[in-house]
Amino acid sequence: MEFNSKLLEELVKTYGPSGNETRICNYIKGQIENYVDEIIIDSLGNLIARKKGNGKKIMIAAHMDQIGLMVTDIDDNGFLRFTNIGGVSPLVSLHQHVIFENGVLGIIAKEPVEDISKLRLSNMYIDIGVKDKKEAESLVNIGDVCVYLPHYCENENTVFTSALDDRIGCYIAIEAIKAIENPINDLYFVFTAQEEVGTRGAKTSAYRIDPDICISIDVTGSGDTPKAKTFAVGLGKGTAIKVKDQSILTHPKLRNIMIEVAKNNNIPYQLEVLEYGGTDSGAVHLTKEGVPSGVISIPTRYVHSTTEMVSKNDVMNSLKLLIKLLEHNIEF
Amino acid sequence: MLLKKLTEASGVSGNEKEVRDIIISEIKDYVDDLKVDKLGNVIAYKNGKSSSKIFMITAHMDEVGLIVTDIDDKGLIKFTTVGGIDKRILVSKPVLIGDSKIPGVIGSKPIHLQKKSEREKAIDIDSLYIDIGTDTKDETSKYVKIGDYVAFDSIYVEFGDNMIKAKALDNRVGCSLLVELIKEVKDISFYGVFTVMEEIGLRGAGPAAYYVDPDISIVLEGTLCFDVPKIDSHLIPTYINKGPAISLMDRTTIFNKALRERIVDIAIKNNIPYQYRKSSMGGNDSGRIHTTKEGSVTATISVPCRNIHSPTSVMSKKDYENTYKLLKAILKEYEKGEFTDGI
Repeated sequence: MEFNSKLLEELVKTYGPSGNETRICNYIKGQIENYVDEIIIDSLGNLIARKKGNGKKIMIAAHMDQIGLMVTDIDDNGFLRFTNIGGVSPLVSLHQHVIFENGVLGIIAKEPVEDISKLRLSNMYIDIGVKDKKEAESLVNIGDVCVYLPHYCENENTVFTSALDDRIGCYIAIEAIKAIENPINDLYFVFTAQEEVGTRGAKTSAYRIDPDICISIDVTGSGDTPKAKTFAVGLGKGTAIKVKDQSILTHPKLRNIMIEVAKNNNIPYQLEVLEYGGTDSGAVHLTKEGVPSGVISIPTRYVHSTTEMVSKNDVMNSLKLLIKLLEHNIEF
Repeated sequence: MLLKKLTEASGVSGNEKEVRDIIISEIKDYVDDLKVDKLGNVIAYKNGKSSSKIFMITAHMDEVGLIVTDIDDKGLIKFTTVGGIDKRILVSKPVLIGDSKIPGVIGSKPIHLQKKSEREKAIDIDSLYIDIGTDTKDETSKYVKIGDYVAFDSIYVEFGDNMIKAKALDNRVGCSLLVELIKEVKDISFYGVFTVMEEIGLRGAGPAAYYVDPDISIVLEGTLCFDVPKIDSHLIPTYINKGPAISLMDRTTIFNKALRERIVDIAIKNNIPYQYRKSSMGGNDSGRIHTTKEGSVTATISVPCRNIHSPTSVMSKKDYENTYKLLKAILKEYEKGEFTDGI
C-alpha cells in the first residue's frame, strides 16, 4: 500500500471545525460510500458507516472536526473579535492566516501588548481587509467559524500541515475501509463530530451503536524534540498503542491483543503513556454498560499548531495495525 | 405576580421543593401529563397537534445558595457555597435558613478591626459566619441543623424604567416564561421540563432528557449581563433591553447552527429584537441534553441579568416580554410543521 498524499492533502484542506462538520463529512462520505453497507449522519453530525460482518461489533472512531475560531463581535471598523473552539493557543494564532467556510480570508493580529506572555485571545482580532462594519457584515456573521488556512507540505518521510489532528485518523480509517474486503467483524466506522470540545459526538454515536469494542484513532504528542518533557513516544518509531491519557486507561486485554497483532505482523509500535489530553475512547468506554476500548495513536509534533508533523512510516504502520486488528478474530 | 412568587421562594440546588410546588400548582390544570422524577425534575407534557418530532422546552428551578456545615460554641453558623458564588458578595447579606426560614445575617470582622492586608482582599468563606441572634450552640441548634440550606433573603422590587431587582432571576425567569407558555399555548405538543441541580453541574437535565428523548430542545435561562460603560463591545456578553439573547456556544455546547439561524429568522420576521450571547463562558442544561442517548439539537434563549448569582440580580421587563413573544412565535412556526431535519 502506497502513502496516499492526495487523500491526506484533500482531507486537511477541507473545512470542518467542531459544530460545522458538514463539508468534511460530505467529503469523507464521497470517499467511502462505495465501500460500505450502510451510512447515516446523526443529529450531532457524526458520520457512521457500517461494513457488515458476523463477528464482534467494533466501533472505529476518528474525529473529523478541527479546532477553530468563532466570531463573537464585529466592530465599527470591521475588525472581528473571536472565541476559541477547542484548544487554541494565542501565541500560535498570532499572524496566522484564517479561512471561513465561504472562503473569506483573514489574518489574526493583536492589540498592542507590552508583555507578550500576557497575550490572550481577547486581546486579538481577525482582520479581513475591509473598510468598515457594513462591508465586514456582508462577508461574515457573528457565530461564523474560521480555521487556520491549510498549507500542506511533505517530504519523503514526513508531512507537515495544520489539521493532522485528526484528519490523519480519518485518513487511516478511510484507507482501512477501502482495504478491508470481507470483514469478519461487524465494523462501524465513525467519523465523529465535536471531539475537540469534549468528545461529544463519540458519546452519542457510541450510544447508538452500542459496540462490543472500540478503537479510536487520533494523534498524540511526542517527546523527541529539544528539551521536550519526558515522553517515550517519538516520530518514526512506529505506531503508538495507548496505555493511558486523562480520559481513559485502555482495556488491558484489548491492549494486549493490539500488541500481539503488532508483534505477529512485524509492525513497529511504541507504548503511549500520555499525561494530558484525551480522545473519543474516553467517552465511548463509559457508554451504557461500558465498552472495552483502545486507541491507536499517531505520534505528532506541534499538535494544534499550523504545522503539525507526522512520519509517513508511522501513519502506514498505524494503518497496517488497524487493518490487521479488524481482520483478527477477537476473543473477549 | 408569578415572577415575584418564584423569586421569593427558596430553591437552592437539591432543595427545589418550594419552587416545584409553586410550578406544579400553576401548571397542573393546563397539562395532559405531569410527573416528578426521582431526582425531582418536573416533566410536563402538553398534547396538541401530532408531530413527528419530540419538542422540549426546559428551565432549571434551582438557584445558587449556601449550606450549613457546622455550628460553633457561640452559636454562630459555618457554611459552604452551593453553586458558583462570588465570595465578595456574601458579607452583610441577610439570609433565610432551612424549611422554617430562620432569618440570619452573614457577619465578619468590622472594618475597624481589620488589618490593612485584610482589607485589601475578599474575606474568605472560612472567616464568615451566619448570625441568627442566638449566643449558644444549644440555642442555635433549636432552629438550625447541619445540612440546612441557606437562601438569600431578598424581595422582588420593580424599579426605574421597567426594571426588576430580585434574587434567583437565574433561573426563575426561565421558569416563569415556561409556566406562562404552558398556560397560554394550546394545540401544540411539547414537553415543559423544570430541572433540578443545574447550578452544581447540570445534574437534573441528563436524566430528564433520557426520559423525554427529545429531537429539539430550547433551554430557557437568565444569563450573564455586563454592559457597563467603558468596556470593549466584544467583552460585553449581553445588554439589558436589547432583547432575548441567543447563545452561540458555551463551555458545554456548540449550539446547532440551523436551529439558531431559524430562531433568528423568526425574530426578524416578527419584529422582535434579539441579540447574541457573545461569551463562550458558562454552561447550561443544554450540555447534558444534546449529548443524551443518540444526541439531539438544542438552542438556548436567555433573558440578560445583571449581577447574576447575587441577591440583587437585575433584569428588564421588556426583555422578558420580548423573550416571551419570541417563544410564542417559535411555537407558532413549529405548529405549522415547518421544523424539518434541516430545521
